Amino acid sequence: MLRFTLKRAVLMVFMLLGLLAITFTISHIAPSDPAALAAGPDANVEMIERYRVEYGLDRPVYEQFVVYLGRLLTGNWGKSIHTTRMVWDDLLAYFPNTVELVLFSILIAIAIGVPLGVIAAVYQNRPVDHMIRILTVTGVAMPMFWLGLMAQLYFALYLEWFPLGGRIEMMTDPPRDITHLLMVDALLQGQFSTFVEALHHIVLPAVALCFPALASIIRVNRAEMLETLNQDYIVNARAQGLSTFRIVAVYALKNAMLPTMAIIGLRFGWMLGGTVLVETVFDWPGIGLYAVQAAISSDFEPIMGATIVLGFFFMMTNFLIDIIYGVLDPRVRDQV
Amino acid sequence: MAESIRSDTAALPGFAERHAGTIRMARLYVRTFARNGSAMLGLAVVVLFLVTAAIGPWIVPFPEDATGAIHLDQKLQPPDATHWFGTDEVGNDVFTRVVLGTRVTLQIACIVTGVAMLIGVPLGMIAGFVGGRVQEVIMRITDVFLSVPGLILAIAIVGALGPGIVNAMLALSLVWWPGYVRLVQAKTLSLKNEIYVQAARSMGASKLRIVFVHILPNCTSPIIVKASMDMGMAILGAASLGFLGLGAQPPFPEWGAMISIARTYLPDWWWYSFFPGVAISITVLGFNLLGDGLRDILDPKHRE
Repeated sequence: MLRFTLKRAVLMVFMLLGLLAITFTISHIAPSDPAALAAGPDANVEMIERYRVEYGLDRPVYEQFVVYLGRLLTGNWGKSIHTTRMVWDDLLAYFPNTVELVLFSILIAIAIGVPLGVIAAVYQNRPVDHMIRILTVTGVAMPMFWLGLMAQLYFALYLEWFPLGGRIEMMTDPPRDITHLLMVDALLQGQFSTFVEALHHIVLPAVALCFPALASIIRVNRAEMLETLNQDYIVNARAQGLSTFRIVAVYALKNAMLPTMAIIGLRFGWMLGGTVLVETVFDWPGIGLYAVQAAISSDFEPIMGATIVLGFFFMMTNFLIDIIYGVLDPRVRDQV
Repeated sequence: MAESIRSDTAALPGFAERHAGTIRMARLYVRTFARNGSAMLGLAVVVLFLVTAAIGPWIVPFPEDATGAIHLDQKLQPPDATHWFGTDEVGNDVFTRVVLGTRVTLQIACIVTGVAMLIGVPLGMIAGFVGGRVQEVIMRITDVFLSVPGLILAIAIVGALGPGIVNAMLALSLVWWPGYVRLVQAKTLSLKNEIYVQAARSMGASKLRIVFVHILPNCTSPIIVKASMDMGMAILGAASLGFLGLGAQPPFPEWGAMISIARTYLPDWWWYSFFPGVAISITVLGFNLLGDGLRDILDPKHRE
């Protein structure tokens, strides 16, 4: 197991270097003059030249890459023209909000997706199964940003059940940072009204974000349940007179959960990408909104910073799924 | 004279007999596909989409509205008999713009999927066929690209190149190809050891001939299935970039870009963002259902 974990970790380091090579390529080779880009739109010739020397842009490409890596490692991720702050500080401020949204959203997807997958499998080819299938195929076809807008229109503006967007009300004091996750911090400090308010704000964006993941979870869980429900030991359990609920919920679901776990992990990673759209719709102060605002104004270093952070966590998720899989199924360990 | 013609046709078997196997196969495909209700629905939607894209400019009521005409006296009208989907902030007919958006969307989807295939399929074939260090390099690069959320990478690329429809398509193509490499590489690897490929090699067939005559045709069905699914995903991707303001720029009639402007007119002028979104959803749904149906017939493992 240790060998397996180490091998995976080494692989992950190489993947990370690959990701940095991509961001390096995009930021150093794609634009006509990266120094001018880094110096910002208002820079004069002198400032551009200073940047060129500071970032080592006058040296050969591989040396530039090393300089680039060193810069990232020392926490110098550049400066955002848009917020006029250091990118690293911005990322630290915005990323926890994204994590909170994605975590909450995947919890919704699991809480709804797993039971629906089980129901669809138990009632295979009956009306309930067809209805669930319609939900999953339409769920992945609807653009997430449009779904978010329509949810805003109906639930926030028409029914007024939820706020239109944002993290908390403007006038509310956020709780002191402990975990940086606002809802957790509010709970830890006993600020229940702030917690409820934050919960109120997170529901619509989280639901809009969860649809593609929800559809995948239902699909995979249904297929796995169908397979396990036909196994001999299930037939045996049935013959022994165990209740249907016990058979389905305990014996079959336990074995169907491993592949479902894998898809949950994968989808969690994909949500990190989808969050860009949802954050834009709901003005969620996360890293996705930050990246988009930077991209629109061609503000370079924040985009690269956000790409690296999101890519890193995407890789981390995949790494963790691999490890969990290795723990649960020893055969996987031998395949590396 | 008449005699010789008859003997000629007798010597050559007719078309039906020469291609009996193919025809039987095609019949099986058509029957399996036709029995699949959702696949037929998908096919119908895609055909409707293609027809609309082809004849769009001739059937819309206000063709000039696609290119930024301005009728301020008719701005933000709710849907009625003349303007089925209402009008936008400069008085353009939303129905016209949604219909003409099909052509733009089709172009984007075809170009993105096509470029991704042009990059991915040869790379996958080379990796699978040549093997060794070449394969190692290609597959590792592919893995890196697959390990970043596609939309984020696309945004980063557009951020570097600047917003615009051409750059958005380029960015989407650049994040789309790795899937094809994986698919084709795996297929090529398994085909390479098939007996008929080995036989062709031992009879002296050149490597190029093996690749083009024996391997590529056997990769087409999974590629077609993936391409059909990817059309839907590419449409979503392009619309997303358009919505974020990084893709097509208004007044270009692209659905995502339309919604991007229209969202500032919510909630009172809801029709402006509602109908383009419906158009995206239905189109993507069509391609997804079609892809599912094609997979069912072309990949027997998935048949229930």
